[in-house]
Amino acid sequence: MMGGGGGVVIPSFGHGDSCVTGDHAFCWGWVRDHWGDTLGPALWQHVELTLIAVGIGFAIAFPLALLAHRFPRLEQPFGAFSALVYTIPSLALFQLLVPFTGITWTTVEIALVGYTLVILFPNIVAGLRSASADVVEAAHGMGLTRVQVLTRIELPLAMPAIVGGLRIAVVSTVAIATIAATLLPDGLGYPIFLALKEPTPFKTEIYSAGVLAVALAIGCDLLLVGLRRLVVPWARASA
Amino acid sequence: MSQAAEIVFDHVTKRYAGRDAAAVDDLSLEIPAGTFCILVGPSGGGKTTALKMVNRLIPFDSGEIRIDGRDIQSMPVTELRRGIGYVIQQIGLFPHMTVGDNIATVPRLLGWAKQRTRDRCVELLELVGLEAADADRYPSQLSGGQRQRVGLARALAADPPLLLMDEPFGALDPITRVRLQTELKRLHREVGKTVIFVTHDIDEAIQMGDRIAILREGGVLAQYDTPDAILAGPADAFVAAFIGEDRALRRLALRTLAEVPVEVSDTSKVSDTLRPETTVRNAISLMLESGADAVNVEGRGVFRLADVQELLR
Repeated sequence: MMGGGGGVVIPSFGHGDSCVTGDHAFCWGWVRDHWGDTLGPALWQHVELTLIAVGIGFAIAFPLALLAHRFPRLEQPFGAFSALVYTIPSLALFQLLVPFTGITWTTVEIALVGYTLVILFPNIVAGLRSASADVVEAAHGMGLTRVQVLTRIELPLAMPAIVGGLRIAVVSTVAIATIAATLLPDGLGYPIFLALKEPTPFKTEIYSAGVLAVALAIGCDLLLVGLRRLVVPWARASA
Repeated sequence: MSQAAEIVFDHVTKRYAGRDAAAVDDLSLEIPAGTFCILVGPSGGGKTTALKMVNRLIPFDSGEIRIDGRDIQSMPVTELRRGIGYVIQQIGLFPHMTVGDNIATVPRLLGWAKQRTRDRCVELLELVGLEAADADRYPSQLSGGQRQRVGLARALAADPPLLLMDEPFGALDPITRVRLQTELKRLHREVGKTVIFVTHDIDEAIQMGDRIAILREGGVLAQYDTPDAILAGPADAFVAAFIGEDRALRRLALRTLAEVPVEVSDTSKVSDTLRPETTVRNAISLMLESGADAVNVEGRGVFRLADVQELLR
């Protein structure tokens, strides 16, 4: 927890600036002064939280989806399990995990990964299924092995759905990761969390952290849209 | 690879689980190398099943299929399939690959050099009536007819001695269909491969086939012969009904004026002159229309309506 003098209205952040002490709608000065010690690190932590969650989520969802594609009977139990995780409120999930993993990043990431799985797994499975039956039959009929059908036909055709799943997973993880602040002093949720704790919530801090979270989500989404154009060149050609 | 392969079905039977009737029942068929062989029959006749057994997309229960004397079960399945061109009605082009990459699929599997693959691709595009520039287009940018041309080029890519075609023109409009039928026939004469061609359309079968195998419900072979022999002597009532009551006219559609008996005399009395490649059926139709009892065959002589009966004997 951050320290601060007792009687000041905005103990942690007050420079005596009238904008800040008066808690005006938005104080650029405060943002400038605290980019280095508050907002910048929080943004970077948020990026880390998100990347680790989506990365691990993808690393788990992808092989599971391949298994479910190969053995369709597995799809239901996998899907049901990940959907169950999704129904647990994230705040509750953190508390459920604390006895096992403590107040750590691990706890936060386990919860975040759980949510990405629900999004990534069904999207990858649906993507692998998007190669139509006649395309797959033609591929087998021409003498492609099962692995070649997967790597040369099914996976490339699954790319739009996989990238689509990644977009939803990234954007929702950016949003959910703000809740990590209830457990740890990290991420863009933390400045918001602190500001809300003040006797009068400090608007500038809430807005700036909130806007950064939204900007991060939009930025990630645009990057993935760019990735989609790269890996799905044939979609541009259809006219 | 040889130019064309001989295919033998030797007492082949296939039953699908949970069904009483066999899909293919004790089918024996010898298809000489280079033959354009049609499998035709009503649905439930097992013609597609029989076709897909050849490249082992469908396993069979008993019997043997041999390609040039080799039991297909004795070959690795991918090797077998890479040596057989496969064309289906839905075409099944890979939508994420360009036309060129689609055509190059099997050559690449076989490890051809890049230049050889590229040259072959250009050669094939020309063979099926497309342009070299089409190689860079995606299937979604092509019309249905163009797609099936690409499907055909892709099947021919590695110069397989055998081509399996499962109702390849079934989804095309009638005009495109007739054009592709004509071109496939020409292509078959040029490349001389063995073709097994499935259709439910008896007209297509008669027009395209060197030999026709008619399968009836339950996968039983009803008759296997040349179109002319089947039209002249249907094996039983089922075949007779299947080929239709106008079979005499259908036979005449298989003949041209180049092969009819003519008299080399009094051409002055005959008003109409027809080219020798006109079918006898069309010639008769014209005579009936104009009320003439004879036509002049260009460069040959006079063909009389009265001699038609003799042609069918």
